Amino acid sequence: MGDILISLKNVKKKYKDKEIIKNLDLDIYKGEFLTLLGSSGCGKSTILKMISGIESVTDGSIIMEGKDITNLDSTKREINTIFQNYALFPHMTIEDNIGFGLKIKKIDKKIIQKEVKKMLNLVKLEGYEKRYPSELSGGEQQRVAIARAIINNPKVLLLDEPLSALDKKLRKEMEVELKNLQKKLGITFIYVTHDHEEALTMSDRIIILNKGKIEQIDTPSVIYNYPKTKYVATFIGDSNIFEGLVVEPNLVRIDGLFDYKSKENLKVGDKELLLIRPENIKIVKNSNIEFQKTDYIYNGPLSKVYGKLKNGQDIKITVNDYDYNRDYHCLSFDNDDIVLIK
Amino acid sequence: MKKKLLILPVILYSIFLIICPLIYILILSFLKSDSYGGVIFTLTLENYKELFDFVYIKIFLKSFVIALVTTLFSILISYPFCIFLSSKKKIVKDIIMTLVIIPFLTNSLIRTYGVIILLRKEGIINNILMSLNIINNPLKLMYNNFGIIMGMTYTLLPFMILPLFASVDKIDKNLYSAASDLGANKLKIFKEIILPLSIPGLFNGSLMVFIPCIGFFFIADLLGGGKLMLLGNLIKNQFLTARNWPFGASISIVLIIVTFILVSIYKKLGGKMEDLGGM
Repeated sequence: MGDILISLKNVKKKYKDKEIIKNLDLDIYKGEFLTLLGSSGCGKSTILKMISGIESVTDGSIIMEGKDITNLDSTKREINTIFQNYALFPHMTIEDNIGFGLKIKKIDKKIIQKEVKKMLNLVKLEGYEKRYPSELSGGEQQRVAIARAIINNPKVLLLDEPLSALDKKLRKEMEVELKNLQKKLGITFIYVTHDHEEALTMSDRIIILNKGKIEQIDTPSVIYNYPKTKYVATFIGDSNIFEGLVVEPNLVRIDGLFDYKSKENLKVGDKELLLIRPENIKIVKNSNIEFQKTDYIYNGPLSKVYGKLKNGQDIKITVNDYDYNRDYHCLSFDNDDIVLIK
Repeated sequence: MKKKLLILPVILYSIFLIICPLIYILILSFLKSDSYGGVIFTLTLENYKELFDFVYIKIFLKSFVIALVTTLFSILISYPFCIFLSSKKKIVKDIIMTLVIIPFLTNSLIRTYGVIILLRKEGIINNILMSLNIINNPLKLMYNNFGIIMGMTYTLLPFMILPLFASVDKIDKNLYSAASDLGANKLKIFKEIILPLSIPGLFNGSLMVFIPCIGFFFIADLLGGGKLMLLGNLIKNQFLTARNWPFGASISIVLIIVTFILVSIYKKLGGKMEDLGGM
């Protein structure tokens, strides 16, 4: 990882007596695409607002490039925000929208014009200067919002669920576009979303938040493949979670189903949670683990089989419809595909 | 056929109570008056010529200046109020706007007497200022232009607040956050975002304050002490005191024309007639 750009040190946020953010410590690196992921009310937008300066910090400090910016006015931070509904100024042309930040700084009109042209070129909206926001599609408005923010040369761009207003197909396109733009600009993006697919597609690192606390910070593949907690495992992707008993220091037994050989030493007698992703389970002709099919949802190569195990536990298996043999009723999976979680 | 019958009362009302009187006033304005308050049926432009007398031009100008100042006062009071209120919760907005509208239910003549209680020599404002030793002699708050402007502003303020609030409240609050994010301070946000986006409401309000202002006669009578003559009093006096109906009619016609000009400027600038409450 590169240099640290922003550090949140022991940051707390209280509304009246309710603690929204609890003792948050976080380093944000230069040029990374960082995603804050969590369900609504987990405090992800609050963190964003504290970084931008719209919300005050109850306790702790925010350091940017060695300077304490905790109490610095939001207009003086080299940080810009893309709002959920873009918040384009409806009475201004695209040109005036994008040039707004420079106009406020009283920069010469000719320079503004030149900069706006550069920005329009960058977001591929040449020739849109004289149009009004209402004449643009959702995706185009999104790009104007980005141009309006990055013309100010911010060190950090904050994005608060910027794709939530778009339809699914456009959202997928914009995900790729945003990621490419971020790479091209080299600006740090801090992205807030509740959509785990978005987070997995775009991020360099993902922070999973739960009730104002960080559950896990890792790269998308680590988050998906090696979640640390049950919350993370169920929040990202589909999951099968088993509760087992440690019978030997490195053996967890799921009663009547299977044993898991652990690499770590565990305390005998403890209960442990195990995760198996649905795509890591195979449906085979013969094995010790039988199941009863309850449902089948066709979705081509990502079709889902729902079933019940002997002990009554529900199980999900992802299969490719093309190879799926409907007569088989046994399951198999590798010991290596099982993840120990908390 | 049934539908046509249903709108018949409205048509009759308009013909007999709006159109006929207007035509009557128009015809009247071209006739001569006799010295006993009657009308002589001779066509003449005398009434309109008389209007160009310096005395009347002065009254016209003064009425316009007072209406203009009243409109400005209303704008200055309404803007901060509307911006502040639009940031509040819906229930607070509803309660406060109801409070703004309630005075409407009271006769404006009675409300003007209320203003007198506030402004007169031994009135509430003077009493408070004197008992706090801020002033030694009572301020002259009425029987002058100031009193008239205060009374008109008070009476007409809701006409400014209602359309202006509708406009200001419609502005997406995210635009303020976005502008502030791009480095704009409060003043810049007002100038660049709030003002341009609330122009329709501002224009409606201004029109709805300015026009009645020219016509109101009882406020000028009561708070001006009958010493100050405005267009509204002038018309009233011509009809009721001087009993020169044709001349009163000609002033009314000129006032109607001025109003039409103002409304058409408003329409030219992109205003919608619906916003004026179907005027």
